[in-house]
Amino acid sequence: MSRRFVLRIPDLILAIALLLIGVVSIFILTRTELHLAGRNFTSIGLLLAGLIFYCGVLVIVSMFINETYLSIALLLPSIVAVAIFVYGFIGWSVRVSLSQWKGLLPDYTWVGLQQYTYLFHDTRFLIDVRNTAVFTVGFIAGCLILGLGLAILLDQRLKGEALFRGIFLFPMSISFIASGVVWGWLMNPATGNRITGINLIFKSLSLDFLISLWHSSPQPWGMVFTVIPAVWQLSGFTMALYLGGIRSISDDLREAARVDGASEFEIYRYIILPMLQPVTLSAVIILGHMSLKIFDLIVALGHKDLRLDVPGIYMWTTTFDGTNYAQGAAIGVLMLVSVAILVVPYLIQNMRTETEI
Amino acid sequence: MNRRIAMKTLFYALMIILALFYLLPVYLLVLTGLKPISEVDLKTMWALPVAGIHFDNFIAGYKQLAPNLNNSLAMVIPEALLSALLGSLNGYLLSKWKFRGSNLIFSLILFGMFIPYQSVLIPLVKFMQSIKLYGDIPGLVLVHIIYGIPITTLIFRNYYAGIGTEILEAGRIDGASLMGIYRYIMFPLSAPSFAVVIIWQFTQAWNEFLFAVILTNQSHWPVTVALNNLAGSQLVQWNVLMAATLLAALPTLVVYIFLGRFFLRGLMAGALKG
Repeated sequence: MSRRFVLRIPDLILAIALLLIGVVSIFILTRTELHLAGRNFTSIGLLLAGLIFYCGVLVIVSMFINETYLSIALLLPSIVAVAIFVYGFIGWSVRVSLSQWKGLLPDYTWVGLQQYTYLFHDTRFLIDVRNTAVFTVGFIAGCLILGLGLAILLDQRLKGEALFRGIFLFPMSISFIASGVVWGWLMNPATGNRITGINLIFKSLSLDFLISLWHSSPQPWGMVFTVIPAVWQLSGFTMALYLGGIRSISDDLREAARVDGASEFEIYRYIILPMLQPVTLSAVIILGHMSLKIFDLIVALGHKDLRLDVPGIYMWTTTFDGTNYAQGAAIGVLMLVSVAILVVPYLIQNMRTETEI
Repeated sequence: MNRRIAMKTLFYALMIILALFYLLPVYLLVLTGLKPISEVDLKTMWALPVAGIHFDNFIAGYKQLAPNLNNSLAMVIPEALLSALLGSLNGYLLSKWKFRGSNLIFSLILFGMFIPYQSVLIPLVKFMQSIKLYGDIPGLVLVHIIYGIPITTLIFRNYYAGIGTEILEAGRIDGASLMGIYRYIMFPLSAPSFAVVIIWQFTQAWNEFLFAVILTNQSHWPVTVALNNLAGSQLVQWNVLMAATLLAALPTLVVYIFLGRFFLRGLMAGALKG
């Protein structure tokens, strides 16, 4: 019979030492507090003590001949963290959404789907759904059209390609908050003497008909204008996706089409565009899940203006300003469902194709 | 031939117009920041400074945001480094030490990347309060590391999957263990991926708003929360606000300008096309 376990004495001593240090530190830290540089580090200390204990366990597991045990043991902290912070908390949120918890003290009295039926009849939530739909359509359409256009432009091998690519891409490194603040000033709706921002440019160019109330326009147009900063930030990313796709199409294919007498336009229309469909799908999934969750940009742009409300903001104000936890949880769960419908089929398909390989 | 030149000119013109659109906000930020207080007027928003270049606005903006910039920095550096280490280990194990069900586990982890954080927010706040990590930077670091596990694992897994198994088998024959192979073979090969992940996590955490606003109290606010607060207050002049916005955006902008290559790879990995 082959051996399944190798007892290495030095490792065993190390493991016992680590386990002991871990247990003793946990014992001490649960009875006293640790302060460092004016901060309470007790919890972090406990976390580290747990980590030391865990290292002791790892040393023991590493003595098994079958290294799969060690592999699983090493993955365990991440698996546990995701299990708690993603799946556990989602389950907990669902439970809260089925309760009548209102006010600071938890109240898990079961009320069934009452929070959800309320939301489906709630004017504010229905406006949020409409706003999200308007934003999502505008944002995805804007990013795809502009992104594809930019990618085709950059594919013409013009001079300064790298510079232009950099200019189209840089906005995505900026936070939604910063971009919301700047665009809030650029899209200033003031008129008359106080006219400013882009409206001022239009006025000085005598393009008065273009002067707009921007995101302060009556709905749903106000929401349409919030798409501008979002497209400014992410069309460059879409361009990069498309450009990667275009560049991966072999030149031979284009050359063959040229030999057959196809014009440049026809090459794009009949060869390149159809081959870019998988890229479009990826882009729609990525951009779509971002826009269903859109939050910070609208906060910075609209300062909780109810006309520009989206579920993310509603959840925030209801929960933390209004202390209506049950209803806040229900909004969060509905947001999750909308994202899951978009993403889960994609993830499953991704997993399947991978196992085939 | 003339038609081709006309087309080229048209393309250049289009590209320049579009570039101006993308640069418009930066122009406004830089320009406003460099004007003296006396020249700041909404009517001359777009005009170049007349009386020379001044840094008053940047100094005023920095005074407003200095503690928050420090908070952000104190959060982002440990967060990015620890995230990268954890992601590297996960990626190695999930690509080179597959066991039954490891693909399913990976997919389940990956889902965490897409969830709207509003759907975990209430339990998260209660949990962080109960383990006494609510209100301060260390708690925020922990939260960012945990919710960063999916993307960091994905980037490293894709990267390690591209490294051939021959090199691993050679290591095994030489008697290297699971950790030995990681330590002496995989880790030294991972520099490009570490760059991608560290830059990605740095940018994400620096720019993040929701966790920051919910999980920290005012004295520990990161810069995004403070900037949003500044923008909503009536007391701050808009020129100072513009300078402050540029300061808040500067660290990630600088990283992008110098290390944009790596940043883009992180984004592409997010598109699951490893």
